[in-house]
Amino acid sequence: MLVLKLILVGIGTLTLILAAVGILRLPDAYMRMSSSTKAATMGIMCLLLAAALHFQETSATTRALATICFVLLTAPVAAHMIGRAAYYRRVPMWEGTIEDEFKRDLEETVGDPLREKLLERLNQTGLEDTVA
Amino acid sequence: MTYADITSFILSLTFTDVLTLIVMPCIGLATLMTLVRLVRGPTLVDRVIALDLLNTFGIGVLAVQSMITGRAVYLDIGLVLGLVAFLATIAFAYYIQRGL
Repeated sequence: MLVLKLILVGIGTLTLILAAVGILRLPDAYMRMSSSTKAATMGIMCLLLAAALHFQETSATTRALATICFVLLTAPVAAHMIGRAAYYRRVPMWEGTIEDEFKRDLEETVGDPLREKLLERLNQTGLEDTVA
Repeated sequence: MTYADITSFILSLTFTDVLTLIVMPCIGLATLMTLVRLVRGPTLVDRVIALDLLNTFGIGVLAVQSMITGRAVYLDIGLVLGLVAFLATIAFAYYIQRGL
């Protein structure tokens, strides 16, 4: 049991450090978001599972599992909202980006007024500094 | 400091020692790196992401602290912290998209 706890805590700590390195070193906001969401969720899951193994009583295990479920549900939703807001406010992508599938999809769509309005907004110039 | 000394020192560590001496400083290091991004971040979105990650680290610190002190109450605080962090991120995303 001690070995299992040590393994879980070690994996969790290493993954949290990886998330921090990712958010420090990756080149643009979208990649930083991907790093922080996935790696941090994994690290938190390992640490909370270690806590559940440590206490071995029903109340603590329930709380740890509830927190894990909550983080698993909310982290992708929050990342999706932030990413959509960033794309809408035209936060710049990395210079090495080779594919913007959403923009290509928008350009191929004809007849949807909402999408045409969004594309028109994305093609406007002079709005680059709105999110400083 | 011979090899046997180091080995016996490592074997004398308890689980609480490992948490206090290794895990907590590592999470602190990660928090410092995230704080650098929070200060430097070229756009507001980077800062919001760094803030979200700091809240996640807070949940991790609370889980480790609950193991160190042996009190399961800290897990409750972690649950509440996760809820508040989610609401904060959603609110930030809403206002960024609406244009502050």
